[in-house]
Parts: sequence; C-alpha cells; structure tokens
Amino acid sequence: MIYLGAFYAYPLYRNLDLSLRSYTVRSFVHGGAPFAGLDNYRTVFADPTFWPALTRTVVFTVVCLAFQFSIGMALALFFRRHFPLSATLRAVFLVPWLLPLIVSASSWSWMLNSESGVVNAALRALGAGPVNWLTDPRWALVSVIIANIWIGIPFNLVVLYSGLQAVPPEIHEAAALDGASGWQRFRWVTFPLLRPVSAITILLGLVYTLKVFDIIWIMTRGGPADASTTLATWSYRLGFGSLLPRFGPGAAVGNLLIVMALVCGLVYIRVQRGQAR
Amino acid sequence: MRRALTTVAGLVLTAAMLFPVYWMINVSFTKDTDMRADPPHLFPSDGTLEGYRAVLDQQLPYLGTSLLVGLGTVAVTLALAAPAGYSLAKLRPRGGGVLSFILLIAQMIPGIIMAMGFYAIYLRAGILNSVAGLILADSTIAVPFGVLIFAAFMSGIPEELTNAALIDGASRWRTFVSVILPVSRNAIVTVSLFAFLWAWSDFVFAATLDGGGEHQPITLGIYHYIGNNNQQWNAIMATAVVASIPATLLLILAQRYVAAGVTAGAVKD
Repeated sequence: MIYLGAFYAYPLYRNLDLSLRSYTVRSFVHGGAPFAGLDNYRTVFADPTFWPALTRTVVFTVVCLAFQFSIGMALALFFRRHFPLSATLRAVFLVPWLLPLIVSASSWSWMLNSESGVVNAALRALGAGPVNWLTDPRWALVSVIIANIWIGIPFNLVVLYSGLQAVPPEIHEAAALDGASGWQRFRWVTFPLLRPVSAITILLGLVYTLKVFDIIWIMTRGGPADASTTLATWSYRLGFGSLLPRFGPGAAVGNLLIVMALVCGLVYIRVQRGQAR
Repeated sequence: MRRALTTVAGLVLTAAMLFPVYWMINVSFTKDTDMRADPPHLFPSDGTLEGYRAVLDQQLPYLGTSLLVGLGTVAVTLALAAPAGYSLAKLRPRGGGVLSFILLIAQMIPGIIMAMGFYAIYLRAGILNSVAGLILADSTIAVPFGVLIFAAFMSGIPEELTNAALIDGASRWRTFVSVILPVSRNAIVTVSLFAFLWAWSDFVFAATLDGGGEHQPITLGIYHYIGNNNQQWNAIMATAVVASIPATLLLILAQRYVAAGVTAGAVKD
C-alpha cells in the first residue's frame, strides 16, 4: 500500500508542478516578490493589439473548425463506402496530421510564395491575378487558415469515421426502405446519432485551434502589421519576441486563452448533461 | 464498376490532400536555377541532390539531437505515465475521477504558457538550453495523454490476473512489472509512438527553451534555415523531408496504433 502512495504521488506531483508553474509565470518578471495583482491584465486589455487579436482568434478558430469539420465529415461519409483500397487511403490521409508542424508550415509558405509559389502559378494559369498570400495584410490570415484547415482535416476524419462505425447499418436500411433519400438519411438519421461524437470532435478541435501557434508564427510571424496575430502568437511575442521580454502581459494573454478553453469545456459539459436528462 | 469509380474518386481526393507533401518532395529535388521557373516544374525531371547534400553537411547534429530528445521523452513519459495509469485504473485512489479530469484539462493548456513557466524555472535552475531540460519539457505534452491511455487500457485487464500474482506473494510493484506491463504492450507502443512524434515535432519548447543551446533539435534547424537563406529552398525542403521520415515510418509500421491513439481520447466515452 506504500506503492499506492507512490503511484498516486506521481500524477499529483505533476499537477502540483503545473499549478506552481503558472504561479511562477506571474511572479517571474517581478523577481518573485511584489504582487502585481491584475495590473498585467489591465495592461493587456488596454493594449491596442488586444481587441483585433481577440477578433482574429475567434475568426481563425470558427472558420477553421467549420471547414475542418464539414470536410472531415464529408470524407468520413465517403470512406464509409468500403471500396477497394479505402483502408490504405484513409491511413495515408493521416500524413498531414503527423508531420511536424514546421514541415507543413514551411511547405505551405513556399507554395503560397508570391513570385514563385505553385498556388499563384495555378491562379495565373486560370487567368487570375497573383495574390500576395503572406505579405498582403488582407490575405495573411486567410493563408494561415487554409494551412491549418489542411492540418486539421485528418483528425476530424478519423474521429468522425470511427463514430460512423458505431451507427448500426440496419437503421440506414430501414430509412432507405421508407423512401428516405441519401441526404434525408444523413440529415435525420446519421447526423442526430453522431451528435455526441460531433460534439467532442468540435470541442477538441476548438481547444487545439485556440492554441495554434507554430503554423502562424512560422508562416507569417503574426504579420504583416499584425494582420495574422492571434492571442497565441501575441502571447509569444510579448514573452519572447523582442529583446525586452514582457513575461507578465504575455502570461496574462496566455491565461486568457486557458480561460477561453475552459469556458468552452464547461459549456460542453453543461450541454451534455442537459441532453442526458 | 461503381466501386472502381469510388476508388478512383478516393485516389483523387487523397492526391489533392497530399499535394503539399508531394510539392515539398518535388521542391527538395529542384535545382536552384529552376526554383523560380514559370510555370513551376511539376516533376523534378532534371533534379539535383544538392538539397540532400546540404542536409548531410549541416543538419546531422540537429537530427541527432532530435533523436536523443525523442527517445529521452519516450523514456520519461513511460516511466511517469505507466505507474500513474496503473494506480488510476487498479488501485483506485481517492479523487481519481477528479485527477483524470485535471489530466484532460492539462492537455488543453497552450504550449506557450508552459514554455514561459519553464523558461522562468529553467533560468533559475540553470538548465536553460540543455537537452535534459528540453526532454523534461517535451514530456509534459505526452504525460497526461499517456496516463489516460494507460488508465483506460489497464482498467480492461481482468482482476484475476493481478490477484493471482498477489496471492502468490508478489508485491504491488512486482505485480505491476511482471504481470501488468507485459500485457499492456499495445498501450506502451501507442504512448511511446505519440511521445516520440510530439517531441520530434515540437517547436515551441525548442524555440523558447533551447534557442541559444549548443544542441538544437531539427525543428530549429529548419527554422534557422528559413530565417537565414531564403534562396535555398531545396535544402529547406530536403531537411523537411528528412524530418518527416519518422512520422512516415511510424505510420507505415504502426498504423493501427496511430489510429487507436487519435481516437482514444475522443470516442472512449
């Protein structure tokens, strides 16, 4: 039973460590002693970067989630048909998700390069003008959204697919016998049954997307002129981006991100309880 | 006939999805002079190995560090997560449910927050820019996930198995090592796989905690490349290709473990 204590202490220790860490974050800048209270948060809220960054974070998250989920769902439905090679192709689809983010990000930034990127070459071939994907403030956010959607599709596909596996085919056949069309069957039979899996997929997607940092930082560094700065990259820039680190505000921004993720998680649990009743 | 058409459609979709990966490989073989060709060459028909030569010349130390960090992270993660998962699943400590929930939340914490915390701690402890520090930091990405996977898996191991060992006079620890661990092979593989991949791909911790270190991982190698010489895209992409090898290998060799890991957190309940 001593081991019980020892084994139990491990995870507990880790968590304690975690909570300690976020404390250290706040006290670090001030040499540990003076308690800054909510000053850092006030600085952050008053910063002209804050509201645009928040807006962009929300836009980034919502747009990414919408596309990732709908494309992932469409692909999951497609792969359910069990055609030859389907298992292999499904596995290959995982590649974008497994690649190191820096690899995907640099690959995309070369593809989206203004002068010699393949995307602009394709646009030219179609007769459209070139777009300065990464250097035009109007397009920078779109570019990182595209790259992030690409990375997120496999996760949605795999989770939704395994959710679909749990839907018994008999229900489908019954609905088909009753004369329901393909779309009707999806809308009124499959989708409601998939609701729990969909909810958890979206929640996890939300959490992952909120904290996306690598892709944006590598592709645009949040620029040009903050056009693709989200809360995550802003937090990094405050903390590490310049010679004068401002860990306090940086950590404050980060903690806001955690709060956002937590709120979404709590809403999710609420909704689930409501459904269970 | 319809099935064949569906396969074709699937192939087309997969090709579209993998185009960025293909493009990376294509560019890695393209000559510097052809890099800005218009229209871009779709095949590296007149290719070069310059990019890969540059990788061999300059990137090997980075790759070595990444390998070391990856393996170290796997070791630390397994050492922490397997006993913790066992205790959660079998010994049922008080507050176990709360603990699982906390672990779930822990996975949601953005890496940058952790990085700042680590930075402060490491600065005081003097292990900034060290491989050991990076391993410790990277393991925090994988430990919560590992504990949850182990707990889920081990709670499926029949009690009779452990009880038999206990009756035979084995201690808790003995039971764990010689009965539980061998049966949990699948969980061990899944956790190791993801711990390795995450450590290998990590950029946030590397950039913040090891930015000035002597031994830097491959993600930083690529990052410096992008920053320094914008012209040598074949070398950048060649490094990227090499950096993708572990992910690809693992996907081929351990496909079902990967799928298990992706869905484990999501569909279990």
